[in-house]
Amino acid sequence: MSEQATLYDAPGPRARLITIVSSIAVGVLLVVAAYFFVYRPLDKRGEFTMEKWGPLIDPSNDDFAALWQRIGTGFRATLMAAALAVVLSLLCGTLLAIARVWLKTASRRKWAGLPAPVAVVLRILMVALDALSRVFVEVFRGLPVVITIVFVWLGLPSLGVDLGNILWYLVVGLVLYNTVVIAEILRSGMEGLPVGQREASEAVGLSSGQTIRMILLPQAFRIMLPALISQLVVVLKDTSLGFIIGYEEVLRITTQVVQILDNQIQMYIVVGTIYILLNYGLSKLAGYAQRRLARGRKTRTLPVTAEAPAAISEPVL
Amino acid sequence: MDAVTENFDVFAGGFWLTLQLCFLSAIGALIVGTIIAVFRISPVPPLRAVGTAYVTVFRNVPLTIVFFFAAFGLPALGSNANFLRIPGLDQIFNRLGIDLPYFRFAIIALSLYTGAFVCEALRSGINAVPAGQAEAARAIGLTFGQNLRFVVLPQAWKAAIVPLGSVIIAMIKNSALAGFFGVVGDLSNSGYALVTVKGEPAVPVLISISAFFLVMTVPLGILLDRIEKRRAVAR
Repeated sequence: MSEQATLYDAPGPRARLITIVSSIAVGVLLVVAAYFFVYRPLDKRGEFTMEKWGPLIDPSNDDFAALWQRIGTGFRATLMAAALAVVLSLLCGTLLAIARVWLKTASRRKWAGLPAPVAVVLRILMVALDALSRVFVEVFRGLPVVITIVFVWLGLPSLGVDLGNILWYLVVGLVLYNTVVIAEILRSGMEGLPVGQREASEAVGLSSGQTIRMILLPQAFRIMLPALISQLVVVLKDTSLGFIIGYEEVLRITTQVVQILDNQIQMYIVVGTIYILLNYGLSKLAGYAQRRLARGRKTRTLPVTAEAPAAISEPVL
Repeated sequence: MDAVTENFDVFAGGFWLTLQLCFLSAIGALIVGTIIAVFRISPVPPLRAVGTAYVTVFRNVPLTIVFFFAAFGLPALGSNANFLRIPGLDQIFNRLGIDLPYFRFAIIALSLYTGAFVCEALRSGINAVPAGQAEAARAIGLTFGQNLRFVVLPQAWKAAIVPLGSVIIAMIKNSALAGFFGVVGDLSNSGYALVTVKGEPAVPVLISISAFFLVMTVPLGILLDRIEKRRAVAR
């Protein structure tokens, strides 16, 4: 964030005056333009009438209580899907990250103590599993979440798997994608640790599984906490895709409400605002976690490394 | 497998349309993102506020809602996004010129949404330029615009290329949503239609759709990894 001070000189009185005057001029121009190109067309369609806004903002409106109850139900469903997806993908992601880090060392191992045929079989098995896990990661990282969700929703029943509630199709779709993302976050966290950590743990006689579980993983979690929290924002945003497969989350309910009350724009503004507030809160939490962590790690005070994690806590698409 | 071989031209057409959509939206997102990034680092406080607000809004709202606004909000404003019917360009990308506006709406939604992320990628690139560069530029009397144009941005692009690449990959993946918002005949829409309307078996169709998406995203991802590794070694 140092660019503010370095890119330009502090404005003098003349520049400040120009800034203020031109800002006001442009602001007035924008207001006029907004009146003609936004307000007038919308007003002509009656988008500002109480008939359209009333159910959302007027407590004495007949539909007010029922509408907000529906929105509440929708957000509860959204949050439930998000929470399930987060917990499950954290769990699976951690396991996948462990598996990938472990397989990476295991595929290079010679299995010297074992008879030759067993050693060869084990070696091939480990290399194959390593390759398989990499393909799994590449495939699910490269697929759009929508496609994954639709795939799960249309594909599983045709394969004879019935998950029952539609919630689970959404959750499985989200988990498949986020497992891979979280696994990659944790893996890069583990591989980014100083080599001495692994060497020391091996020196005191821990097995490679124990090294990962007791030494690498806890540190990776700590370092990558901001990135993990940002991933929560992504999950929360992606649950909105549930409306495509007919899961009754907030967007689905919004489309239903819109059919009755005919107030699309108003509904989407309100729902969008709630989403923004929720996600903004989560982003702030990620930033806070990151500052806490930065304060805790006094060992590296180089300005370059202090900046590097800044990109991590930014929400991804 | 019949479902795949018989409908191969449907997939190929969908792939081509998705590619067009991604290409145009990427250009749009780069333009929007650069403008917002300049806003966010400009010396004018109101512009900075606008840039920050833009990024906060578009980064925290689901793309689905952005698509809803493009598909319902723009018509409500009486716009069919006809300004995107750029003469010449609509000869190559013939979907730009047709009367159904949804392709243009999808471009607008994707560009606006991705623009916020492009802005952040650029800003991280600008932050990576050593402060001394900009200070030296100021010291020899360059204005803010000159400073950006001649000194900071050319170097920032280099540092921003990897984050920008991952933003573009994410955008390609997000473009799958367009098929559910009125764009007829792109990859996701044609796959979905094959399964739900024509009753083709779901698994092979969806696998081929996925394969077409992977064809776009995986090579880009590998390329980015290469660039990142090369730069890491160079440092």
